[in-house]
Amino acid sequence: MELKPGLRLRSAVCDAEVMVIKAAAGDGLTCGGESLLEQAQDAKAAANPEHMHGCVIGKRYVNEAETIELLCIKSGEGSLYYNSDELMTKDTKKLPSSD
Amino acid sequence: MNIALFLQMAAEACPDRVALTHEGIHYSYAALYEAANKAAHRFSSSDCEFVSVLDVSSPAVPISLMGAAMAGIPYVPLNYRLSEQQLGDLLDRIKPVFLIVDDFKAAEFSDIEGLVEGRQTFLTSLELAPVEHFSCIEDPSAVAIQLFTSGTTGTPKAALLRHEHLVSYILGSVEFMGAAEEQATLVSVPPYHIAGISAVMSSIYACRRIVQLSNFQALEWLNLCSHEQVTNAFVVPTMMTRIIDEIENNNFSADALGSLIAIAYGGGKMPLPVIEQALDLLPAVSFTNAYGLTETSSTVTLLGPDDHREAVNHDDSSIRSRLASVGKALPSIEIEIRDEHGRKLEHHEAGEIYVRGPQVSGEYLERNALIEDGWFPTRDAGYMDEHGYLYLSGRADDVIVRGGENISPAEIEDILFLNSGISDVAAVAIPSQQWGEAIALAVVLKPKADLTAESINALIRSKLRSSRVPEVIHFVEELPYNEAGKLLRRVIKSWFS
Repeated sequence: MELKPGLRLRSAVCDAEVMVIKAAAGDGLTCGGESLLEQAQDAKAAANPEHMHGCVIGKRYVNEAETIELLCIKSGEGSLYYNSDELMTKDTKKLPSSD
Repeated sequence: MNIALFLQMAAEACPDRVALTHEGIHYSYAALYEAANKAAHRFSSSDCEFVSVLDVSSPAVPISLMGAAMAGIPYVPLNYRLSEQQLGDLLDRIKPVFLIVDDFKAAEFSDIEGLVEGRQTFLTSLELAPVEHFSCIEDPSAVAIQLFTSGTTGTPKAALLRHEHLVSYILGSVEFMGAAEEQATLVSVPPYHIAGISAVMSSIYACRRIVQLSNFQALEWLNLCSHEQVTNAFVVPTMMTRIIDEIENNNFSADALGSLIAIAYGGGKMPLPVIEQALDLLPAVSFTNAYGLTETSSTVTLLGPDDHREAVNHDDSSIRSRLASVGKALPSIEIEIRDEHGRKLEHHEAGEIYVRGPQVSGEYLERNALIEDGWFPTRDAGYMDEHGYLYLSGRADDVIVRGGENISPAEIEDILFLNSGISDVAAVAIPSQQWGEAIALAVVLKPKADLTAESINALIRSKLRSSRVPEVIHFVEELPYNEAGKLLRRVIKSWFS
């Protein structure tokens, strides 16, 4: 599966859904220990209990090098990993509302 | 990547929160999302290639915007104040169209190519339609919004904003569900203005309730603020001037605005005395100045609340003058000032403002205005100081070239705005045998002001150089603005020909 900005993916182990903001190469993207699925795919898998810290709607998730960035568009119990590194939330810079 | 995702997320995270209030009617995020889904079905099965709203603000505006986005059809809001001829020309450019209008006007458009529906008929049809989920069209490069520019300088251009531009803008500047449940934003800019559109998107993403005011009137704005416990608002400078006037003239007590936390303004030049007065009359309110263009998906620079409060009473004049600045670039935006040959200028050197960033479209249906490396020449003139604060001096086309010397109208206007006898003023270029161009001044005096052309000339000569003294001064009742608060210099020029 080729990752590209705008691609929507869902978790195989929980309700989580994400959208790719910044894409990186490779298949190493997982939620709850299982590969993320494209919208049309229908598969259920058992979660890896060590990968279940949750992900929260509206939060942006990045790896340390910020080569990959996901927007969580539906919360779930699984946590997001890329190439076995757990993704961290990235803060949107607080700006005053301008419109 | 589709702007409708913002509404889908809001409906997922807080379905029961109130999303929209219009004349006492409320929509929750779940209801708004459902209506947008149904609208997407209707638009998609109509075979129309455009969705257009030719109407004041109403629930039909966000529903059509989001429904059209889901269906992958460009949304084209039209200015209801245009003449029949002007509207006919624009409608000719968007065929076939699903057109939503005031119910009383539907009959007038019965012969257009496509489908016409009254606003209320449209909203009722959605209420009656079965609940159906619509699968969003996922194409980041699809056109989300086609917005005709105001055409102050010629035939309106069709600016294109793609989903990727708008999504970049919102994700980069708004925190999802960043608003508390009691927050509400008063939207009084017309729906065909980029500020009106970005207000809808950013409020939905922040999950901040939108309170719509269809036709701006200062007293009604103030009453609605108080009645709906409004916390945020965006106004154009002419609106701010009128709001301040109502408070100053004791038609409305500022005490009744206790809920108000923040006012953002933009869309035109804010006269310094007006913002100073506003800061004085509403000490608890945070003010933000936003500068942006249709072609940049709205805001690219911000002067925040702290900058305002720091500037207004500062002893250092360089900091005090920041009140006249439009602030600093958003984190994802780069700005350069360039001369007429495209060379980058230094701090404090005035030239044309160039903008670059993922939210910048810079594209019209007719041509792409982006130049090398994605820079967009805005045609706005200004300069930047060493701290990154941007100062506007008008449109690049408004610069008066007198005997080879570039004179920004703002130079002269700013000096005169400080005079207590002057309520409004504009400097424009007129043809001159001797200088190529000369300065003409249109002045609106305050009641009982005893200024003459001679005293105004003397004032300019004492504060600036003699080359800034106008050739001719007209005293007028008021200056012409369009409804978005933009000064119509072309009309003023015609007074002198």
